[in-house]
Amino acid sequence: MMEPGLYHILFISTALFFIGMYGFFTRRNLITMLMSIELILNSVNLNFIAFNKYLWAEKMDGLFFTLFVIAIAAAEAAIGIAIIINLYRSHQSIDVESAEELKY
Amino acid sequence: MPNTINILLILILPFIGFLLLGLLGKKYFNKTAGLIGTALLFVATILALHTAYEYFFVYGKVADVYQSFIPLQFHWLQFTATLSIDMGLTIDAISVMMLLVVTFISLMVHVYSLEYMKGDARFPVYYSFLGLFTFSMLGLVLAANIFQIYIFWELVGVSSFLLIGYYYEKSSAVAASKKAFIVTRFADFGFLIGILILSYYADSLNFSTLIERLTAPQSNELKIATAATFLGISALTWGAILVFVGGAGKSAMFPLHIWLPDAMEGPTPVSALIHAATMVVAGVYLVARLFPVFAIGTPAVLEGVGWVGAVSAVFAAVIACTQTDIKRVLAYSTMSQIGFMMFALGVSKYGGEDGLGYTASLFHLFTHAMFKALLFLGAGSVIHFVHSNEMQNMGGLRKLMPVTHITFLIACLAIAGVPPLAGFFSKEEILLAAYQQNKIIYGVALATSGLTAFYMFRLYFSIFWNKAPEAYGAHHSEGGGAMKTPLILLSVGALFTGFIPFGKYVSTDGKMLESHFHFSFTILPVMIGVAGILIAMLLYKKQNNRPDKLAKSISGIYQSAYHKFYIDEVYLFVTKKILFNLVGKPFAWFDRTVIDGIVNQTASITQSIAEEIKKIQSGKVQLYAIYFLMGVIALAIFFIYVW
Repeated sequence: MMEPGLYHILFISTALFFIGMYGFFTRRNLITMLMSIELILNSVNLNFIAFNKYLWAEKMDGLFFTLFVIAIAAAEAAIGIAIIINLYRSHQSIDVESAEELKY
Repeated sequence: MPNTINILLILILPFIGFLLLGLLGKKYFNKTAGLIGTALLFVATILALHTAYEYFFVYGKVADVYQSFIPLQFHWLQFTATLSIDMGLTIDAISVMMLLVVTFISLMVHVYSLEYMKGDARFPVYYSFLGLFTFSMLGLVLAANIFQIYIFWELVGVSSFLLIGYYYEKSSAVAASKKAFIVTRFADFGFLIGILILSYYADSLNFSTLIERLTAPQSNELKIATAATFLGISALTWGAILVFVGGAGKSAMFPLHIWLPDAMEGPTPVSALIHAATMVVAGVYLVARLFPVFAIGTPAVLEGVGWVGAVSAVFAAVIACTQTDIKRVLAYSTMSQIGFMMFALGVSKYGGEDGLGYTASLFHLFTHAMFKALLFLGAGSVIHFVHSNEMQNMGGLRKLMPVTHITFLIACLAIAGVPPLAGFFSKEEILLAAYQQNKIIYGVALATSGLTAFYMFRLYFSIFWNKAPEAYGAHHSEGGGAMKTPLILLSVGALFTGFIPFGKYVSTDGKMLESHFHFSFTILPVMIGVAGILIAMLLYKKQNNRPDKLAKSISGIYQSAYHKFYIDEVYLFVTKKILFNLVGKPFAWFDRTVIDGIVNQTASITQSIAEEIKKIQSGKVQLYAIYFLMGVIALAIFFIYVW
């Protein structure tokens, strides 16, 4: 059994990133879009951890960054869900295309 | 020393009247406005008399020379350490003399208007305007520096504008007030540039410093001012010419006179005050104030002043012979008499015996104020009585208006130069001064004084004789005491002011000037004047067809004089045809097509671009995300491969 190296982890994080991107661009449901953003953020977290461990193992910066990102992601999710609830109240829908009052 | 408080009060009292009646008149003083204005001015007149007495007989003379005092002087606007605009009061012979004239005539007009303007809907406004005018005229007279005189000069113009347009329901009055304002403003533009030139080279705005620096032969400023030239004429000359242009505009000298006849649209007492006795002589006063600069610095300009005056005098006198509106006759007469004053200044020199013209000019200013105000107020009484300005609606009024008749006759005799009335003395002095210096101007002046006698008595006979008295609506009489008293007081002035030994008080250098009154010299002018009176008597005393015949036999001259030598038409041609068509229209076209076109094009291009690119705002959030992604990718490519 081979020990997983930096490249494997980067591969996973890249895959996660593009899955999130794909979801963000194609899904019309706002909650799904929010989840896609979480995927993107997590791929970034994975990158941080991996680089920290394999390149500068004696330092802790990557770890701290990850913790910050998680905290911010939580806040972002809270705000996002609040927006979604409000949108639902006014539009009876959480389809992103239903909110288009400010277009030209 | 001058009593500063007194002099300030003379200046401030009319201003208080203006503020009080202008702000509160409509509410509180509808009936009493006239009395308030008159009372304030009465006090000012008493103070002016007191000031004049003290100046001429108590403190003014030091070592036989009348001094110039500056009782008050303060910095008003301090720009730099050396440049400031000051305010001050000047007390010297001519300003004190003008104080007397302005306050006295203004008081007479105030009293007269009590009855003349009675029942007018804007009675308090009228009196507040009179107060404003009197204040500004007094300020002009007392000004201690050239910028201050300019400020009051414009204020006088504004009050003249307001009073000419007093009957603003009449479109002709509105047009006249605008014309007066625009023409004098045009001239004042020259005045302003003249002020700037003179004060720039003299490096001072104060009259005393400016005159000293521009006349002392060894002064540095004078050398620079004469060395700097523009179009081959020295800067000093330009300054003097432009200052005179301002004076000529205000004093209705040819060819800037066109506003004065139209200014007769104002109430008649206003014409008496502003357009006969005080404001229109401001130009004469200005030249007299700067006389050393003209006489020593630029004698050539002074000679030009003389010619302009002479031309205006004869030109206006000829027109006055043909006009039928009595106020217009008086207006042209005023212009002609101011022409006399101007050329008297023009033929004068500075200092000693040669300064006779200067004295004569201001003497004539003084006496003219008396009899011309009297003529206008008399004409006002006549108009009040007949309700018309036209001569043919009058005639035979001598029995119906005895006081007006007698006083009007006195004024006519005075202006015609019949001894021993006021006009005789001043005119003789002017003629003497002209005779000594310039024979051609003397000839013109002689002819003009003949014409003066003729047109004044044409006016007199047409109003008071000619026809049999008609029924002019017998329900009203000549006018009450308020209208008669000023007439009588002014006729006393017209009778006796000539006996004042004016040369003792006013001369170019302040020294006493003996009057050289040769009896033999006065014979010719008096004969010419009497001849003019007799011709007028022959033509106009009884109704006959001689005037018409005469007019027909010289119809070419008569018609052109009747149409005021088409000067108005020339101005209209120049402004409408040439300026409007050749300059105004191309500029208007340029403005509308090019300037406006650029602005409009910019707007429409912006709009069509916006029309296209606004579709980016599609309202689809994910599309925005894709734009964002594309931007990031582009930046990434840029930083990786191009940077």
